[in-house]
Amino acid sequence: MEAIILQILNGLDKGSAYALIALGLTLIFGTLGVVNFAHGALFMIGAFCAVTLSRILTISHTVVDETQKDFLGNPLKVDVPYVYDWFGEAAGNTIIDWAVPLSILFAIPVMIAIGVIMERGLIKHFYKRPHADQILVTFGLAIVLQEIIKYYYGANPIPTPAPAAFKGSFDFGAMMGFDPNTIIYPYWRIIYFAFAAVIIGAVFAFLQFTTFGMVVRAGMADRETVQLLGINIDRRFTLMFGIAAAVAGLAGVMYTPINSPNYHMGMDFLVLSFVVVVVGGMGSLPGAVAAGFLLGILESFASMREVLAVLPGLNQIIIYLVAIIILLTRPRGLMGRKGVMED
Amino acid sequence: MFGLDKKDFRLLLLVAVLVALAPFILNPFPEGSGMAQFNAGYPDLMQRFVIFGIFAIGFNILFGLTGYLSFGHAAFLGVGSYAAIWMMKLLTMNVIPAIIVSVIVAGIFSLAVGWISLRRSGIYFSILTLAFAQMSYSLAYSVLTPITGGETGLQPKVNDPRILDGTLANGATPKANLFGLEMGSSFNLDVGAWVFTFNVGYYLAGIVMLLAFYLSIRIFRSPFGMMLRAVKSNQQRLNYTGLNAKPYTLAAFVISGMYAGLAGGLMVAMDTQVGAERMFWTASGEVVLMSILGGVGTLIGPVLGAGAIKYMENILSKINSDILHTWFAFLPDGLEDFVVTLIYPFIGKGWHLTLGLIFMLVVIFLPGGLVEGGQRVARLFGRKKKSTDTPDGKTTPAE
Repeated sequence: MEAIILQILNGLDKGSAYALIALGLTLIFGTLGVVNFAHGALFMIGAFCAVTLSRILTISHTVVDETQKDFLGNPLKVDVPYVYDWFGEAAGNTIIDWAVPLSILFAIPVMIAIGVIMERGLIKHFYKRPHADQILVTFGLAIVLQEIIKYYYGANPIPTPAPAAFKGSFDFGAMMGFDPNTIIYPYWRIIYFAFAAVIIGAVFAFLQFTTFGMVVRAGMADRETVQLLGINIDRRFTLMFGIAAAVAGLAGVMYTPINSPNYHMGMDFLVLSFVVVVVGGMGSLPGAVAAGFLLGILESFASMREVLAVLPGLNQIIIYLVAIIILLTRPRGLMGRKGVMED
Repeated sequence: MFGLDKKDFRLLLLVAVLVALAPFILNPFPEGSGMAQFNAGYPDLMQRFVIFGIFAIGFNILFGLTGYLSFGHAAFLGVGSYAAIWMMKLLTMNVIPAIIVSVIVAGIFSLAVGWISLRRSGIYFSILTLAFAQMSYSLAYSVLTPITGGETGLQPKVNDPRILDGTLANGATPKANLFGLEMGSSFNLDVGAWVFTFNVGYYLAGIVMLLAFYLSIRIFRSPFGMMLRAVKSNQQRLNYTGLNAKPYTLAAFVISGMYAGLAGGLMVAMDTQVGAERMFWTASGEVVLMSILGGVGTLIGPVLGAGAIKYMENILSKINSDILHTWFAFLPDGLEDFVVTLIYPFIGKGWHLTLGLIFMLVVIFLPGGLVEGGQRVARLFGRKKKSTDTPDGKTTPAE
């Protein structure tokens, strides 16, 4: 029992990332009908938003500190971040420590702007072109974005730690009434999962309970009719692209403490997210979320030692294997709607 | 000639001449001069030109003719490579059995993958092939280590069985050969300041590429090729005329898989080592880039695309900021630094950025790739000529 719960928990953080990226992909596909291969790059850019903010926060100026001496007896020169000057040392330290959560505020406008620029500048011209062209041009864009990030941030992963308050692990098993020390779980992962749940809930609530969301859903169902009713659906879809980009970006921001961001993390996640979207059913938002968590958890079960003893290497291929089986037995995916991408 | 019409035969002849004279054409700058770094006429790169040319030709038979976009072709290349290296380890260092077996094994593997993947089309097909390729890659890296060598990969060892070769002389290293003619051996021709290298491996690969190219022309012009084009333009109509498209697409898939296997086998023949990384999905993406860049669905396009990308990969990535500074040394200092910082992100390690940008521009503005670009330029000049021919303004209607 403990082992099962532990594996489910382990699957949650990866599953959350898959679910968030797949949600964005499906939003874009459902609204604009575009297969966006650059979505992984947006996830990566989100992660680098966190890196950027933590670098901005630690911009320092050099001050001669009279109280400290180096070994020659001269006054020591110390780098003092500007935030210390503005907020005092204690508060400044806290702000720097909380760089990753603060990056959420920074990433949202940046990602929406990037998404809107991308849609207006490039993707708009590809609505009428075949899906293969859309895949290719966004694939090219993904390479370009990735290389730009690589140029400015280098090829090595950049460690971006979580706030000190969330470092370490806690004994989840003891809290749930199992034996202590059986289920140890890092704080940040549970926060990541909660964060993903909030974002997913927010996106669904936005689509379900606001007028804007209603119009978008109507546009997803029948774009032409909505246009005939005199609604500028294109502008709303553009904003939805921005929101999808922001969802991917936020997934990236919060993922940085789990995995140090590097320039190719987007591509690594992209392939899996596409598999997730296809398993969930093209164009189905709940399907994407469900499949994301499902595959994340399956992956973590497959990497259990007991499973690997029977079927070695299963953890490497389980996602693809599931995708192949699902595509062949349920071509529409878990929750795919009829008539979406069926040719 | 050879069952080709005049135009195709001329194209084949042109390619043959280019392949034969490549050591001259690709080495236009004298050795030791400032431009020598643009020389691509060294064996390693020339071999890559033709091998990736074969890979792209094969991919084009699938994507160019049927429109099925496979994102997993590198898997077939990898499988072919592994088959070839095992032939070299077990049977003989002669490349002929290695290449033949690599084609066969890749064919069988692509038959299995294609049979499943082709049940779906469009993006689902792309994802399925991607899934299969990633699966093969992961397996080659982890579980199949006894067969694939895992992270270290495979290379021929001195104490491999090699049934046909017999034992090697003491201290000799096994080298890939064609009936005793070593693949790595080359002959240098010095003409003044120029050095031209003729490499055995390159010419073998070049001949194989010409055969592959000839075969692809035949496929393009055959009734079978026509059928594949029908699949691309409208599969539904094909179904309604009472034809099952699946056998045709599957045949195209297997043929292109065999081309990939052939390329993999040749890669091993030239450089006797295999690693799983050549099956990674970015490698599959690369062949897609090549075909698109050159011109999908055209005969010569993929070869051009493969050449262009491999040239960029090897030549563009060698330029560093020092070289740039020497180039722009004639500018005033401030301007020089400015120009260098402007260009620097696009060269050296950043060559992928250039590649991505060019690729995007091609997809956006030139869906037909370099071939279409060439045709447009030719048309531009052709029209100009015509207008100068008729100065009185009386133009004959086109066509």
